[in-house]
Order: sequence, then C-alpha cells, then structure tokens
Amino acid sequence: MTDASLPETTREASMGDYIALLKPRVMSLVVFTALVGLIVAPVPVHPFIAFVGILCIAVGGGASAALNMWWDADIDRIMKRTSNRPIPSGRVQPEEALAIGLALSGFSVVLLGLASNWLAAGLLAFTIFFYAVVYTIWLKRSTPQNIVIGGLSGALPPMIGWAVATGGITIESVLMVALIFMWTPPHFWSLAIFVKSDYGRAGVPMLTETHGRRVTRNHIMGYMIALIPVSMAIVFTSIGGWVYLATAIIMNLWFLKACYAVWRRDEEAAEADSFAAERSAFKVSLAYLFLHFAALMIDAALRTQGIGGF
Amino acid sequence: MTIRVEHELHTRRKGRNYGLLIVLLAFVGLVFGLTVVKVLELGDARKFESNDHVLRPALLPMDTPATTEAGQ
Repeated sequence: MTDASLPETTREASMGDYIALLKPRVMSLVVFTALVGLIVAPVPVHPFIAFVGILCIAVGGGASAALNMWWDADIDRIMKRTSNRPIPSGRVQPEEALAIGLALSGFSVVLLGLASNWLAAGLLAFTIFFYAVVYTIWLKRSTPQNIVIGGLSGALPPMIGWAVATGGITIESVLMVALIFMWTPPHFWSLAIFVKSDYGRAGVPMLTETHGRRVTRNHIMGYMIALIPVSMAIVFTSIGGWVYLATAIIMNLWFLKACYAVWRRDEEAAEADSFAAERSAFKVSLAYLFLHFAALMIDAALRTQGIGGF
Repeated sequence: MTIRVEHELHTRRKGRNYGLLIVLLAFVGLVFGLTVVKVLELGDARKFESNDHVLRPALLPMDTPATTEAGQ
C-alpha cells in the first residue's frame, strides 16, 4: 500500500502532527534550563554557537519524545489524555515516529559535537538514551519509582548547556542537575494526586495507584526535605549570589509549606475542597524551579557588571 | 500523460512539503552560519586553509617557519 492510497479513516499527517511528536511543551523546560546552564557558565560562548547548542538540545529532547511515543503507542491508545496523540489517532505511523526519533537523535548529537564539543554531545546522547530506553522501555512499566529515576533525563539539560560553554562537568552543573532531579518527584506526584488518570487501566505502575495516596503524600514530603540542601548548596558555588540566596530561602519555605499541607491531610479533607492543597503545591513547584533558574541567570548578569556574587 | 499532470496528493501534502522546505533551508542556514563563525573564530583564516592536510607553503605566514606549521 502506498501513502497515496491510505484508507479514508486515516487523516493525512500534517506538519503539525510531526511537531506534536516532539512534545513542544516539554521542550520549553529543556530549553530554559539548558540556556541557564550555558549562560551561568564562566566561559563566554559565541551567540550563534550558543543558539545552535540550545537548538540541538531541544531537538534531541524532541527526538527522545518521538521515540517515547513510538514505544508507548499501545498505552497512549488506552489512556484518554494521550489517545489523541499522532500515533494512537492514526495520523502518524509508528515506524515514521521511530525513524524521525532516530534521525533527529543522530542529527542533534552530531551537530552539537561539531558545533561545541563531544562531551556536550555525549551528554545529549546519554540523555536521549536514558529517556527513551531506561525510562520509557525499562522503568515506566516496571516500577512506581519510574518518574524519580526517569527524571534524570529531564534534569540533565543544564549540565549539557554548561558543557557546551566549558567543555567540562563541575560541581555547579552537578548541583543544577540534582536540583531538577530532586524537584521532579514532589512536582509530579502532587499532580498525580489530583489528576484522575487511567494509568492503572494501561498497566503503568504509578505510586498513587500501587501504594495509594497516603504513601504518595509521604513521598512528596520526603523528597521536599531532601530538595532543600541541594537548593541551598548551589549558594556556596561559583554561580551562587545574593539574588539566588534570597530566592532559594523564600521558595524553599513556600514549597515546604505547600508540601506540608499536602502531607498532613487525609483523603476526605482533600476531596472536600477538590484537592486545593495539591493543586497549590503543583503551582508552587512550577514557580519554584522557574525562579531558581531565573535567579541564577540574574546573578550571572549581575556578575558581568561587577555586582552581586559573594 | 502530460508533464502538467496534477494529482490530489500534491494539494494534500502541500503543507508538509513547505514545512520540509523550511526545515531544510534552516538546516542549510545553520551549517553555513556555523562555518562562518568557526572560521572567524580562528582569527587568521589561513589556519583554515592549511587544514586540508596538504602543506601549501604559499599559505604559511612569512614569519613562521614552515616546519612548525607542517607539524600541526
């Protein structure tokens, strides 16, 4: 069968469907954190090289999303939230998504290596591998800790950005990765508590479904407490400054308060106010990460003017 | 069959084809831009020309001994 004789039921894939394969909304977090990693690095980068570097990281992230959609097409078809994605809706063939994912992975890694350095390219390749193989193929369907370990792939972009500029890995880039890594569980699980999902029907072990919401609340609190020292440790590195210090103190207190509210209450109280505390914790988590990285960027800008820093 | 034949596939895939055109043009622009930046970052453009692994003494700076350049 050629493409020209597709059955009437299948809609022709538009350019938008192929872009949807790359999960553009997830890409925005990747671009932002990678950009901060690149800007706060002590080595100046030519603006065009920086642009190409960030583009490669974004495309690499998109490629891993396409591979994720290829592998997960069966469960995406079952779940309501994902049933309209390009593959389950029949607009894009699974083989196309696989081909696009592999091709863009290769392109982005090689171009990043040629434009900047091979450490950055290697880290990008590792990120794609970790998301597509370790998270999607291996962990997602086998353990309720899937999003914790899989979160590493979402945490790596600032380290790649830093490597584009410096060609190395230092404590600063490790701590930026650790910050996103520790932030992911309370962020994701507070969402998982109030969003009605059908992961159970699709056979994906989510903590809320395998161990219940009480255990999930405990996990949120535990990871929140572990997140604080990571956030504060960045203050003592070369990228820390007064703006970051103030932001970290305020946001840690605020997020801790929000997580505490989620932790101390039971299901009855949560259902009584339609999960207001959980929704609030989720919103605070978004502000938490955004403001931490924005503060790092502001401190870097201040340092170039000879102000800020310690 | 004339050369002007129109198939409904052409209209159906118009958006995709233009999309691909934009992606390819952007890629060409990217590689061109990278080349320009990388060559300019060398400072002395002759360094780039001597990159072809064939020693061309005419390209070497007058004040540098040929042996040093050849070793690079």
